[in-house]
Amino acid sequence: MWNRVVGLIIKEILVFIRDPRSRFVLIVPPLVQMFIFGYAATFDLFRVSFALYDENRTYHSREFIAKFIGSPIFRLKKEILNDSQLKDEIQKRNVLFVLHIDRRFDRDLLSGRSGKVQLIVDGRNSNTAAILTGYANQIIADYNVDWIKKSGRIPPPSQITFRAFYNPNLLSQWFIVPGLIGILTFVVSAMTIGLSIAREKEMGTFDQLVVTPLRPIEILVGKTIPGLIFAMAQATLILLAALLWFKIPFHGHILLLYLGLFFFLFAIIGIELAISSISSTQQQALLGVFFFLVPSIILSGFSTPIRNMPEPIQYLTFLNPMRYFLVIVRGIFLEAKGLDTLWDQYLPLLGIGLVSMSFSWFLFKQRLY
Amino acid sequence: MKKKLFFNNRLYAFIRKEWIQILRDPSSFVIAFVLPAILLFLFGYGVSLDAIHLPVGIVVEHPTRLSSSFESSLKNSIYFSPLSYQTIQKAQLDFQKGRLIGIIWLRGNWSRESLAFGKGTIQTIVNGTDANTARLLEGYLLGVWTGWLKREMIDQNIQLSMPISQEIRVWFNPALITKDYLVPGIIVINMTVVGALLTSLVVAREWERGTMEAMLATPLTKLEHFVGKLLPYFILGMGGMIFSFLLAVFLFKVPFRGSFWMLILSSVFFLLAVLGIGVLISNISRNSFVASMVAIVTSYLPAFMLSGFIFDIQSMPVAIQFLTFFFPARYFVSILQTLFLAGNVWSVLSWNLLVLFFFGVVVVGLCYISWKRRLE
Repeated sequence: MWNRVVGLIIKEILVFIRDPRSRFVLIVPPLVQMFIFGYAATFDLFRVSFALYDENRTYHSREFIAKFIGSPIFRLKKEILNDSQLKDEIQKRNVLFVLHIDRRFDRDLLSGRSGKVQLIVDGRNSNTAAILTGYANQIIADYNVDWIKKSGRIPPPSQITFRAFYNPNLLSQWFIVPGLIGILTFVVSAMTIGLSIAREKEMGTFDQLVVTPLRPIEILVGKTIPGLIFAMAQATLILLAALLWFKIPFHGHILLLYLGLFFFLFAIIGIELAISSISSTQQQALLGVFFFLVPSIILSGFSTPIRNMPEPIQYLTFLNPMRYFLVIVRGIFLEAKGLDTLWDQYLPLLGIGLVSMSFSWFLFKQRLY
Repeated sequence: MKKKLFFNNRLYAFIRKEWIQILRDPSSFVIAFVLPAILLFLFGYGVSLDAIHLPVGIVVEHPTRLSSSFESSLKNSIYFSPLSYQTIQKAQLDFQKGRLIGIIWLRGNWSRESLAFGKGTIQTIVNGTDANTARLLEGYLLGVWTGWLKREMIDQNIQLSMPISQEIRVWFNPALITKDYLVPGIIVINMTVVGALLTSLVVAREWERGTMEAMLATPLTKLEHFVGKLLPYFILGMGGMIFSFLLAVFLFKVPFRGSFWMLILSSVFFLLAVLGIGVLISNISRNSFVASMVAIVTSYLPAFMLSGFIFDIQSMPVAIQFLTFFFPARYFVSILQTLFLAGNVWSVLSWNLLVLFFFGVVVVGLCYISWKRRLE
C-alpha cells in the first residue's frame, strides 16, 4: 500500500514542479504581495496633511504649532485665513484636518486660563480620524506637561502613563506581517488544492486515477501530502521575508510555529479537498473556494479584531482555522508564547483538521464507488 | 449596414444568446448577487474597528473612595469592561494568557499621593501586539481619566485649568461609525469581483472550450462580437451595483448625501475599466486558472489593500502611493466615500471621474484592439 501512495505523491509533486505556471503561482505572486501589503496594510499614520488656521499669530501660538509641524505624523500643507477656506480644504480632501487656534490663545494661556484650540477632522475614513485624534491629543497633553513645568503652574493632581509590552512603539507592521504568512499561504493553497481535483475532473485525468488500484484513502493522502509540502515551502519563503526584510522580531520557538503551520494546513487542506471533490468544474470550485476564503479572512482577526464583532459572529469564528493560526503566529513572534498558553489554539485546529479530512474521505468514497 | 449596426438582428441575437447563457448558469448569478450580499453582510455586521468593551484589568492595592470613583468611571465607559484584581501578579498572569489587553495599576499609596501632592501616577500596561487597538485603548483611557479628573476637581473645589484645552469636531461621520465608511468601499470590491473575476473566468473558459472559436466562424463583425460579449456582463455588474446600493442605504442605513446620477455615471466608467481588464487578462492568457489568478492579484486584492478602502493611502511609503494611482479602485473608492458621506463635492468628484473615464476608455480601447478574430 505504501508503495502506491508514495508513487502517487511523487507523481503529484512532479506534475506540479514541471508546470511552469504552477511554479510561478507558488513563488512570485505571494512574494510580491508580501512586499506590497507589508507596507500598504498599516493603520499607522505618517505625514498626514493638515491645514493651519491661526487666528492668534503670536510667538506662543507658533511655539505650540511647532509641535505639530515637528512631528513625523503630521505635515503642514497650507495656511488658511478664513472660515470658508476651512470648509473647502476639508471637503475637497486636500487635508485631513484643520488646526484652528483661537484669537485669544496667548492671552488665555498666559493668564492661567486655558488657551483654546480646535481640530476639525474629516471623518470619511472613521478609523483614520480616530487615530489622528489620538495622536493630536497626545501632542497637546505633552505640551501641557511641558508648559506646567516651565511656567510653574499647579500640576493636575494625577498623572497617567502608558507602556506597551511586546510592541513598544506600536507599529502596525509587527502585527500585520506575521499575519500575512497565514493569509498568503492560505490564498495560494486554496487556489491550487481547491481547484486541483476539479481540474483533473475537467481534463479527465481523475478517471484515470480512479481506475488504478489506489483506494480512496490513499488518493486522499497522496493529494494532501504534496499540498502540505508545497504550502510549507511557501510559508518558509514568506517567513524568511518577514524576518530578513521586514525585520519583525521573533521571540518564540520556531518549531512551535511549524507545528502550528502543520495543524493549520492540515485543517484547511481538508476543507479545500472537500470543496474540490464536490464541484464538477473549475468555475464551481473557484466559487466554492471564494465562499470559503473571503469570510475566513474577514472573520479571522487579521485586520479587525474578533472582539469587535457582534456576538453571534464571534461564535461563528470558532469554526475558522485562520483565527487560531493568527493567534499562534502572532503569539510566537511577538509574545514568545509557549505551548502552556497556546495549547487551546492547537487543539481546535487539530479537531477541525480531523473532521474536514474525514469529510473529504467520505466524499471521495461516495464519488469513487 | 453601418447605420443599423446596433439594432441589427445579428447583434440582437448574439446578445440574447449570451444573456440566456448567463441566466442558465446559476454560478454567474451567484457571483453577481449572492457574493456581493454576503460581503456586504460580513462587512456591515461583522467587521468593525470600533473597539468597545475592551477587557482590561484594574489593580487597586489599597481601595479608597478615590480609587473606587476612578473604577466606576471606567466601568461606566462603553469602551471598557474592567476586571478587578488585588495584586499585579494575578493581573499579569491573565495578561500573558491574552485575557486582558491592558492593566491599569493603582499602587498602594496612590490615593494618598494623588490629590494631596499631585504625584499619584496611574500606570498603564498595554498589550501592543495589535498596535491599532492598543492605540485606541490609550486614547479612550486618556478620555476617561480626563473626565474623571475634571469631576473630582469640581467636587473638591480645586480651581485648575490646563494650559491648552482642545475641542475636536469630526465632520461627515461625527460618531465615527466604521460601517458608514466600509460599506461604500464594499460596493467597489463587489463590482471588481463581477467585472474582473467573473468576466476573466468566463471568457477564458470560452477559449479553453473552443466556443470562442465557434463564434469566430459566424458572420458577426469584430465590433458586434465585442459589444455583444461585454454588454450582458455590464448589465449584470450594474444590476449588482444597484442591488448593493439599495442594501447599503435601506438595510445598513448608510447615509447617501450625493447625487444618484453621479453614482451611476462613475459606476459606468469604473465597471467599463474592470470589465475591460477582465477581458484583456483572459484574451491574453486563454486559460481560466491563470486568468482567475491574475484577476485576483491585479484587481481583487488591490481593491482591498491599495484603494484607501481600509488602509489610508497617505500613510503608505511613497513608492506604494505611486503604485495606487494605477488601480482604478482608488478613484472609485474616493468618489463613493464622498458621495455617501459628504455629498456632491465637485472638485473631488470631477477629478476622480475624469481619471476613471480615462481608464475606462483606454482599457476598453486596448481590449478592442487585442480582440482577436483569428486563431493563432
